[in-house]
Amino acid sequence: MKRSEQPVRDAATVSQTRLPERFKLWFRKGGLSALLFALPIIVVFGGFSWWPILRAMVMAFQDTNLIGDATWVGLDNFRWVLTDPDFPKALRNTGYFALLALIIGFPIPLIGAVLMSEVKKLRGLFSVLAYLPVVIPPVVSVLLWKFFYDGARTGVFNTLLGHIGLGPFPWLNDKHWAMPSLVLAATWAGAGATVIIYLAALISVPAELYEAAELDGAGIWRKIWHVTLPKLRGVLFITLILQIIATAQVFLEPYLFTGGGPNKATLTILLMIYNYAFGASLGADYGPATALSLMLAVFLAIFSLIYFRLTRGWSQ
Amino acid sequence: MKTYIKGLAVVGALSLAVSFAACSPANNDDPGDSGKLNLTVVGLLPGSTEEAYARLAEQVADFEKSNPDIKVTTVDYEWKATTFAADLAGGTLPDVFEIPFTDGKTLIANNQIANVNDLLAEFPYKGAFNEGVLQYGKGSDGQVYAIPAKSIYGVGLHYNRDLFTQAGLDPDQPPATWDEVRTAAKAISDATGVAGFCQMAQSNTGGWQITVDTYARGGRMETVDADGKATATLDNDATKASLEFLKELRWTDNSMGANFTYDWGSINQAFAAGQCGMYTSGQDVYVNLVDANGMSPDIYGLAMVPLEGADSGVLGGGTLAAISVNADDATKAAAVKWISYFYLGRYVDQAGAVAYTEIAVANGTPVGVPELPIFSDAALKDYQTWIEPYINVPVDQMTPFTSQIGSAKLVNEPPVSTQDVYAALDPVVQAVLTDQNADIDALLAEANVAAQREIDRAQS
Repeated sequence: MKRSEQPVRDAATVSQTRLPERFKLWFRKGGLSALLFALPIIVVFGGFSWWPILRAMVMAFQDTNLIGDATWVGLDNFRWVLTDPDFPKALRNTGYFALLALIIGFPIPLIGAVLMSEVKKLRGLFSVLAYLPVVIPPVVSVLLWKFFYDGARTGVFNTLLGHIGLGPFPWLNDKHWAMPSLVLAATWAGAGATVIIYLAALISVPAELYEAAELDGAGIWRKIWHVTLPKLRGVLFITLILQIIATAQVFLEPYLFTGGGPNKATLTILLMIYNYAFGASLGADYGPATALSLMLAVFLAIFSLIYFRLTRGWSQ
Repeated sequence: MKTYIKGLAVVGALSLAVSFAACSPANNDDPGDSGKLNLTVVGLLPGSTEEAYARLAEQVADFEKSNPDIKVTTVDYEWKATTFAADLAGGTLPDVFEIPFTDGKTLIANNQIANVNDLLAEFPYKGAFNEGVLQYGKGSDGQVYAIPAKSIYGVGLHYNRDLFTQAGLDPDQPPATWDEVRTAAKAISDATGVAGFCQMAQSNTGGWQITVDTYARGGRMETVDADGKATATLDNDATKASLEFLKELRWTDNSMGANFTYDWGSINQAFAAGQCGMYTSGQDVYVNLVDANGMSPDIYGLAMVPLEGADSGVLGGGTLAAISVNADDATKAAAVKWISYFYLGRYVDQAGAVAYTEIAVANGTPVGVPELPIFSDAALKDYQTWIEPYINVPVDQMTPFTSQIGSAKLVNEPPVSTQDVYAALDPVVQAVLTDQNADIDALLAEANVAAQREIDRAQS
């Protein structure tokens, strides 16, 4: 018998067996145990993730305050969102946040990880220090930074910068300064996790490659360019798309720091969704909120697909 | 081993099922307690003292004695914008809950609270409420949906007497005109380095306070025609003048400090910490300043918001008691009885007033903060006489306000899409305070379009 014939015969046997026997076979092979084990997570995910997602998709086409009967309104919610004068501003601001986060927030963890990988002693300590901000609850860190960002001459940052003749800067109280201030705080809060990912990837780069590069006369920058970065390419592409997805959904910083101000300079898409659902209208605008959420989800899904298709070749 | 694993899985699945069953909501109207109707109501603020809970329990027992067919369950409650909408939508609010005046119209328009118009005569004084405050609980159909319950206020000018003294100003002669406010703010800022005048600008409070300023100069944010159709008038002259005033303080005098992201809570914090010379807010904010922010009563002063021009007035506010829209007739009737007893009973007899006040005293809450009449001036005067022995606030320092508020015209908030109007105005206030070249006309025109869009939607 050829080895390849076996699975074919098994499949034919199974298809010929009657349903109760197939059930018995499934039961004997531990199917029920597996299902029972998976049941809690299926129920929890179904109840608290998939069901709300499905409900939100339905609500995007309804007018509802979750108390009275919902009415179908077709595409009205989408029309309302797309004609909202704040929508282009929120779109622009979210893009600006993502861009700044890319410029400031993407290279900093990478540089930090590369430098830390070069340090032989105390690497553990540096890792802990880099990761520490991630451990601090986000609301606490925002309140802390808000205190630092006091626009008065006596504010923490302004006092420190004043010693070297800079400032005082308005930080959150100016439409040009507000968004970079938010990105700076967000980078501080989030960089640690990315540093750890990069560091793990860097440590896995074979030492022989660096030795070979050194034998070829490569300095530190050429080693980074020709050995480190190519080896990190796969991780970099993943962290990049994760960062883009996260920044497109930025909410915490604008909500807690500025509430979208001054004069809508930090109003983002997520903040707009929140305002529709829980802000000015006392929770009555769930339709537009879910419509905008749906649009954002579809956009990010399409963007991710295109990204992975484009970068499939590059990351290998 | 296999049997053991299967057993473990079954136990896991069963525990999950039991947990979900335990999470299912209890039936409010379950006549489990000898057929009594179970009424859930707002109780005390979270973190209240044991003594306050004991006093409340006494009140509940007293109420249940008079109404043996009702069982009252109190729920700790603090109205918060961020959680209220979710609680409302999720159906987790008690049958009787509290809402600020500012939200009444929107909740009524959204059909989110019960109509109590037919039960009006069941309230004290046969429902003869002060029409000026009752209108906050009325819908555009003229029906009553929510009842004025407590903390009825007009917006006042709060000032720091210490900073006034340090700036060489007389704390017993607070500013009476906007020009005097500007002069005092500059003097405080120059002499002490702290903000002479602070302004809220976030979370719809910027819109709320610029509406206060507008009313004080005789303007209005909406007009309503004979058919009840509202039109946004955010770009009126009084609003422009109010914004010009802020612009002068901010950019010409530099007397507003460096923080322009204040909301209701953070401006109270700043004032209590001595970082603001003056600001405008509800007259009852004293309670928060002392209770939550540890302000020394000695530094506090309260004056009228300067009223200038024809048709100028003071914007009012307060707390309404509302009933869940899902309540059946029996629950609604019981809720009306509780509102009459718990919130309004203090205006009817001395025992009610003393019981209500003793809870405040037990909680260490200030007693005697100025308030406006829910029923009549006479009823309020009686109440104030009954609680006189308990008064623990510096009433003399509030005389510039209390001596004049009675004769001032109280003006209602914008009747349609109130919060949306405020939300549209927030960015305008922020722009004026953070951008020296802010174009007030253009900003107001844009805000007016945004507000009208919401008004049209609410009325469609």
